[in-house]
Amino acid sequence: MTELVFSVLAGFAVISAIACILQRNPVASAIWLVGTMFALAGIYVLLNAQFIGAIQVLVYAGAVMVLFLFVIMLLNLSNDAGDLRGWPTRLIGAAIVVAIAVPLLTVGRYTPQRLASEVTGAVVSGDPAAALPAGQAALAAVTAKGVVGAVAVPLFQQYLVPFEITSILLLTAAVGAVVLAKRKI
Amino acid sequence: MLLGPSLTLSAILFAIGVFGVLIRRNAIVLFMCIELMLNAVNLTFVALAQYHGLSGQVLVFFVMTVAAAEAAVGLAIILSVFRHRQSVDLKYINLLRG
Repeated sequence: MTELVFSVLAGFAVISAIACILQRNPVASAIWLVGTMFALAGIYVLLNAQFIGAIQVLVYAGAVMVLFLFVIMLLNLSNDAGDLRGWPTRLIGAAIVVAIAVPLLTVGRYTPQRLASEVTGAVVSGDPAAALPAGQAALAAVTAKGVVGAVAVPLFQQYLVPFEITSILLLTAAVGAVVLAKRKI
Repeated sequence: MLLGPSLTLSAILFAIGVFGVLIRRNAIVLFMCIELMLNAVNLTFVALAQYHGLSGQVLVFFVMTVAAAEAAVGLAIILSVFRHRQSVDLKYINLLRG
């Protein structure tokens, strides 16, 4: 059942990603990208990352894509026919993509056993959970503290300093966006 | 659970994003392709977080923050370029080309 839902969501994600890069109208591109992000949010839920799935919908499909649509409509972009590059560039691009995708696709053969073997440095043939206790600990934390609490503990303890730096990054980005987009300061 | 299929999907989405960056000339669509690549990497993090603990999910949180900041600043830059050139086509954004 999980595999079936995953296949449907994955197929939808890939189809909408392809539609996103091939649509000439930027608004249609943005809408297809929202579709990809919703499908990915569903996949996150399947992968036991419910909090990340919710954040994906709120931040990516909500805030970021609304910003994109806002700018597209503000600039009143027409769908020019010449937006796609010519055939020579497309073929070179396809070659580059194949060169990148072939090594990347080999990671699809990764199994939890092989991951455990590489992390521990010993051959793990049985249950990978025994060799990777962190995964079991994470699952236990989700059961004990709930979906949000389990993510909050490492976020506010182990990663507290990066979290605080993130707030400075967001402040800088907000000020920078205003400065860049304003006509006269 | 679903480690291999997730990593495959992530690789496919990343490749589609790279292809989009290479074939499009519209700066805004280029940005969307970059978001697509960031999403593909997030999927890798979440898939591996099932076995490696919740640090992967925390890292996805940070990646999303950086992506939101990047989108805000990048779109502001596109907006000010549009004011000068009346276009977001990369064909006309060639001031630094030698």
